[in-house]
Order: sequence, then C-alpha cells, then structure tokens
Amino acid sequence: MHYDTVIIGAGMSGLSAGVRLAYYEKNVCILERHTTIGGLNSFYRLRKRNYDVGLHAVTNYAEPGTKGGPLSKLLRQLRMKWEDFDLRPQLHSSIVFPDCTLRFTNDFQCFLDEVASSFPRQIDGFRRLLTVIDQHDALNLDRSGGQPASAREVLSEHLTDSRLIDMIFCPLMFYGSPTPRDMDFSQFVIMFKSIFYEGFGRPFDGIRLILKKLVRHFKSLGGQLKLRAGVSEIRQEDGQARAVVLDDGTEITADNVLSSAGAAETMRLIDPSATPVRPEPGDISFVESISVLDREPSDLGHDQTIVFYNDADSFHYERPDVPVDLRSGIICSPNNFDYSRPLEDGRIRITALAEPDYWLNLPEDEYQRVKMEWNDRIIESALKHIPDFRAHVIDTDVFTPRTIRRFTGHDNGCVYGAPEKFVNGQTPFRNLYLCGTDQGFLGIVGAMLSGITIANRYLLK
Amino acid sequence: MTVEEIRQVIIDILERIAPDEDLSDLDDSVAFREQMELDSMDFLDIVMELRKAYRIQIPEEDYHNLNTMDSTVSYLTPKLKDVPVAG
Repeated sequence: MHYDTVIIGAGMSGLSAGVRLAYYEKNVCILERHTTIGGLNSFYRLRKRNYDVGLHAVTNYAEPGTKGGPLSKLLRQLRMKWEDFDLRPQLHSSIVFPDCTLRFTNDFQCFLDEVASSFPRQIDGFRRLLTVIDQHDALNLDRSGGQPASAREVLSEHLTDSRLIDMIFCPLMFYGSPTPRDMDFSQFVIMFKSIFYEGFGRPFDGIRLILKKLVRHFKSLGGQLKLRAGVSEIRQEDGQARAVVLDDGTEITADNVLSSAGAAETMRLIDPSATPVRPEPGDISFVESISVLDREPSDLGHDQTIVFYNDADSFHYERPDVPVDLRSGIICSPNNFDYSRPLEDGRIRITALAEPDYWLNLPEDEYQRVKMEWNDRIIESALKHIPDFRAHVIDTDVFTPRTIRRFTGHDNGCVYGAPEKFVNGQTPFRNLYLCGTDQGFLGIVGAMLSGITIANRYLLK
Repeated sequence: MTVEEIRQVIIDILERIAPDEDLSDLDDSVAFREQMELDSMDFLDIVMELRKAYRIQIPEEDYHNLNTMDSTVSYLTPKLKDVPVAG
C-alpha cells in the first residue's frame, strides 16, 4: 500500500489535516492505534452514559457567522458549517483565589471591568499588556528557533501585583500550558485570546458531534481511516521517511508522514534505541473526577460554567510531589452553557494536577480503590467553591494520567505535550512532519488549525 | 469559457471558501481583501481550487494578479479560454 501522506493519530489535528489533503485529492490514510477516534479529545460510553474524555469547553468561541478569528478560519478551511460544530456559548465563569474573585464571560468587557474594580492600581498596566498581546503574532510559523520568551517576564513589565499575575495565569495554564510555573509568551497569547477575548462554547452533544462530522467529511472526500492500527516504527533511509510499520507488521509506504504522536514519541518511532536527548516529553497531567447528578447543577444553585480555583497563597502550576495537588483545580459543568433544553443528566467535572509516575506505576489491583479515594478528596477540596452535590451523585468516573496515556499514547500521560514546541512542524527528516500538541497551537480549535496549517504548508504541493 | 463564465467560476470558488460573505454587490475593480475577510490561507485556496477543477498551475509570483475580480479574470482568460466549464 502506498499513500501520498500517512497521518499518525486520528485526533483533532490528524483528522483536520486529513480533511485538507483529501479535499485536494491527495491519497491519504490516517492510522490510529486506539479503537476509537479523538485522541486526547475522545469520548466513550460507560454504564449507558456518554462521556467526553478531555473536553470541558471549546475555546475560541465566536458567534455563528463571525468573520475573521480562528474558528471562522477553521470552518472555512475545512469547508464545514457553523451548524456542524453547534457551539453554544458559556454562561459565566470565574477565577477564585483567597479573598479575590474575577468573573468573566465571552464578552471581554466583563473581565476588563472586574480587573479594574478588584485591582484599580493595576488597570493601566493591564491595558498596556493588552496592547502587547494585540500586537503579538503568535501564529507566525517562522518564529521557531528563536528563544522562547517568558510570559512571566512580559507580565511583570506591566503588572506589579503578583496575585493578579497568578490569577491571569491560572486558567491559561490549566487549559494549555505544557511548562510548569511559566509559559512561553506566544503560547500565553494564544491562550489569552482563546479564553478571555473569544471564550468558551460547547456542542450540546459534546465532542463526539465534532469528531463524527470530521470523520464523515474526511471519508466522503475519499480519505482512509484505520483504527486499531498503531504505528510501531517509521522506516527511514538517508534522512527520509519511507514507510510506517504497524503493530501487526504491515508495512505502508508514503511520500510524506505527518505525526501527531508527539515529538519525542515520533523520534522514538524512527529509532527506538536512541536515547532521547531532546525533545523531552512533558509531565503536566491531571486527575479528573466526573460526577453524574440526578439534577442540573443549577438546581443546587451552581450556574457557573467553569470555576478556576486556587486556595493557596500563590498558584503552583507544576508536577506535584503528592498523587494529586488539592490546593487548586477546575470545576466545570457541561450543563451550564446556553442550551435551549437540558442535557440528559447533571455533570460536575473537577480536575486537579497529578503526579504522573504515581498513577502510571500503581498496581492494577489497587488502582480502582485509590482512584475512588482521591475522587472523594478532590470533591471535598472543591466544596469551598460549589454547593455540596454529593447526595445527588448517581454515577462516578475518574480519569488519571494512566487513562490519558491510553487514549493518547503520550509519555507521562501528559496533556499539553512537550515543553519545547516545533511550530514549523519540521523534524530532522525531510518528509516527516509534526502536528498536534507538540506543534504548539493549543486547544481544540488550535489542534485543528495545527493539522491544517502543517498540511497546507508542506503536503498540498 | 467566456469572460462571464470565468467570473462565475471565481464567484463559485469564493462562495465555497467564504460562505459567510455576501458577494452580490462585489465591485470587480476593487481588491477582494478590501471587500471581504480573506487571509493568505484563503488566497492559497483560490489557487488550489482552480488547480483542482481546471488543472491550471499558478506560480507564486503570479498571485498578485488575483487581487481584484477584474485582474483575476484577465489573468485567467488566456489560460481558460479553450477550457469548458467543469460540471
């Protein structure tokens, strides 16, 4: 079998790249090791209920019909319609630190007013920071190779209150930072715009709706998708990828290979014995408690879409040295979007930083019990920020770094990829390219744009 | 293809690429970019759509000919005059 391009991974980036290539009549095949599509943003059924793996919200929200902006760009490139994504906007969210709360919605003015009233002495600096953010071209592919700039340094040029700096970082790090404590400024800008300027949305049916539309579209254009088709090796000759070998030994040749497997993971497919000097895989991962309720969270008085909380004096975004860092977290209710009818059941998802090795090395017979113990502790620690819903829980699921590794194949079950990004998608092998989380566009819309951008740049010729 | 047919081919491509734009009062002598939200990704798509439908190659140094409808049609006329409209 020979293809123009073989794509490794049927996540958001791989599927979007596939759509672009198939649309322009390239002979393209997507290979996915898992039994289902989606990667980090997949979905599953458990005890007759539908769940999303990673999704809290789709960032980069825009009203249907908006011209310009990442979401509109994405839909145009995929030749898909606003209805295909069916995004409904969030209600309202907040960042909650000790003695200080900043609310925000999809209308940026709300956040600006909150900063002005809670941090009156910082607002001029905050406005200056916005000018820097507006002028920064974070999607420029030709900036890689340059030194990453520290977002903390840029912020501290304009803001003097470390509490405000931490509060701005909190949702941006939780939703996209592969690096502990600080972010590359370009990554910061992408996240800032996608969350504060554009905001959150969610399809009524969750992420499966977008994924199924993407796959149907891809196949209708003639693209091939193979599930349970893990790539165990990329064969190279003279600095050029020639073929991929599947777990069952099948060899597939291709003119180009586009990998969303991660930078370190992809290099290991070329040479399993090579000691990975660089790139290093990331180690930021999470445990998430998912509670199914017998009623809507709003019936209990909770109508916020997402609460980013931190109970410590300062915000610690890093791999913890305990199984779960209970000092901070994210509370998300998929019910609290602007839907015209209620979801099937109530849901509360609470997410907190986790220590990957602990979860990956836990013996199978202890794993279930320990998972449920930490589930209870995570919920308990979040009760400062949400009414006690425990009497209404009718089902529970928990994901850990172990779950994430199973869905994504990423080392450490890391969620946002490696600290070092490869923005131009190139590797040392001239026809092997990277897309997805290690290319560096973040979020669901970002992941799709990542696949599209790399496909446009190298694979449509 | 006649000049009018070539113009319609371009309109069809623009509608496919940018379905949110209203093209009914497009001014053929004014740059597309000034009348609608088109970025470099969209311009690449005009070129790619023409290649897909009519197998014509437009080298990068010729992209400036695609600024307005008038300049696009006059650039494409010699290339498409003997080509029938694609079904």
